[in-house]
Amino acid sequence: MNCIVCVTSVPDTASVIKIGSDGTNIDDTGIKWIVSPYDEYALEEALQLTEANGGEVTAVTYGPDRAEAALRDCLARGANNAVHVIGGAATLGDSFTIAKVLAKALEGRNYDLILCGFKGVGTDNGQVGQMLAEMLGIPHVANVTKLDMGDGSFTAGRDVEGGQEQVECPLPALITCQKGLNEPRYAALKGIMAAKRKPVDKIAVADLGVEEGADPFYTVRSLELPPPKSEGTIIQGEDDPAGAAAQLVNLLRSEAKAI
Amino acid sequence: MAGILVFIEQRNGDIRKASLQALSEAHRQAAGDVAAVLVGSGIADAAAGLGSYGAAKVMVADDSELALYSSEGYRDAVVKAAETTSPDAIFFAGTAMGRDLAPRVAAALGVGALADVVALEKDGDQLVARRPVYSGKAFATVDSAGKKPQVISLRPNVFNADEVGGTAEVAALDGLDLGIRAVVKELVDTGGGELDVAEADIIVSGGRGLKGPENFALIRELADALGGAVGASRAAVDAGWIPHKHQVGQTGKVVSPSLYIAAGISGAIQHLAGMSSSKVIVAINKDPDAPIFKIADYGVVGDLFDVIPPMVDEVKKLAG
Repeated sequence: MNCIVCVTSVPDTASVIKIGSDGTNIDDTGIKWIVSPYDEYALEEALQLTEANGGEVTAVTYGPDRAEAALRDCLARGANNAVHVIGGAATLGDSFTIAKVLAKALEGRNYDLILCGFKGVGTDNGQVGQMLAEMLGIPHVANVTKLDMGDGSFTAGRDVEGGQEQVECPLPALITCQKGLNEPRYAALKGIMAAKRKPVDKIAVADLGVEEGADPFYTVRSLELPPPKSEGTIIQGEDDPAGAAAQLVNLLRSEAKAI
Repeated sequence: MAGILVFIEQRNGDIRKASLQALSEAHRQAAGDVAAVLVGSGIADAAAGLGSYGAAKVMVADDSELALYSSEGYRDAVVKAAETTSPDAIFFAGTAMGRDLAPRVAAALGVGALADVVALEKDGDQLVARRPVYSGKAFATVDSAGKKPQVISLRPNVFNADEVGGTAEVAALDGLDLGIRAVVKELVDTGGGELDVAEADIIVSGGRGLKGPENFALIRELADALGGAVGASRAAVDAGWIPHKHQVGQTGKVVSPSLYIAAGISGAIQHLAGMSSSKVIVAINKDPDAPIFKIADYGVVGDLFDVIPPMVDEVKKLAG
């Protein structure tokens, strides 16, 4: 069972986001980049599947030079191979182009299952996995929180509003992974040391026949911070909680008209 | 702006509210040139009512293989409907189904997609969208770089569903050649009829301040009294007090209900990112310096165990 895991690096979720001077990107000064949290579930699932069934895990990323750190992290946790498509500055948030680049990078590679996070915690589109599956002509199951691998097919649980879809799907296929699927492992020191020596297959995006920015499918016109909130009404409720509760409900009813 | 095609989601023949919101927004943007595609099995009765929300035409893909959701079968139906109507834009409600289907349809049509849109305006012959990024820590104004059709998913509960009192021409969508490999065998009810935070207009969330899983009963009581859903902070989910589907925040659901009540949640930046676009925010916390108070419209400094029970009584009094 060979697995390909698509990972992306995103600002640490604790980051304070500031707008860059161009007004369409974030100011990445001081940003710590991490593997997108949902991609960790994808990697962990791939590692468990190959540990149980044999085969290899190949981590793939499409991003600038700094994205190599995400691949080193995957190698340290146990991925066998790593592919770095170098680029991505002009295509941030352009799910279609990202999927197209990944589809070209995966051409001719041997896989049974492709695993992605259900979204990148950044541009928050949650679209690359589904688009990649469509481009590769394989079925997909998105938002997976449970996976039972069989022989040549699997059953997946996919969370929807108020329920879970039980999906049967033949291989090869693609899944996008949601929290709850597994508990991602940490990299051990031995793995981190070994990862430094493992090769990373580097591909320039132009070598895949994609000229970044030449044919976009998504344009960011501007990026803004949310409008500042005006100061709220604070009720001191330590001494008279029942009175505070009554006052709050009254305000929600008569002033905010929220209930 | 020429026509807009709207994918209509139903469960057991009931049209989802979020789809009516998407349909209404299409009606507002396309000045009446709106077609809908309704997909399922034995659902034709639901089609005619879509006229009153602005659909001039409803195409019904009715097939036993489409009774439950299928990313490939539903894609085939929407692509077919798009070939029939040649729309400038295709709208989806940004539900679990819509967020799954829209990118698959877009890729099949060779175009990109704009996800989780919270506002739309026209610029010439294309739509410009506003969407939250970094889980609402910032908002991007984006377009589809001139590509048509523009595939767009609309965040639930942000756009109004308005009855406009029209009638729709209903037609069967024939000639579907379904290529289904991933098959949904069953839709298991895991919510017990409970409202999902992603769909709720009112959310009451609990965090570490609840001190234990049993005290979510208090949160649930207030949510029930208000007709809302139960949310949770990451701390409460990671402690195993409540399942992840309730989690609001950067690694949970990003929500924008009309009322969000955070009880015993201090307000980590990841949580604030997931709920700060709610219309009215209420914080209940013992710690007057908790960051949640900075974005709250109304705050009560006090012990949630003393404040919530009388709140439940007051809300019940209002309901009579």
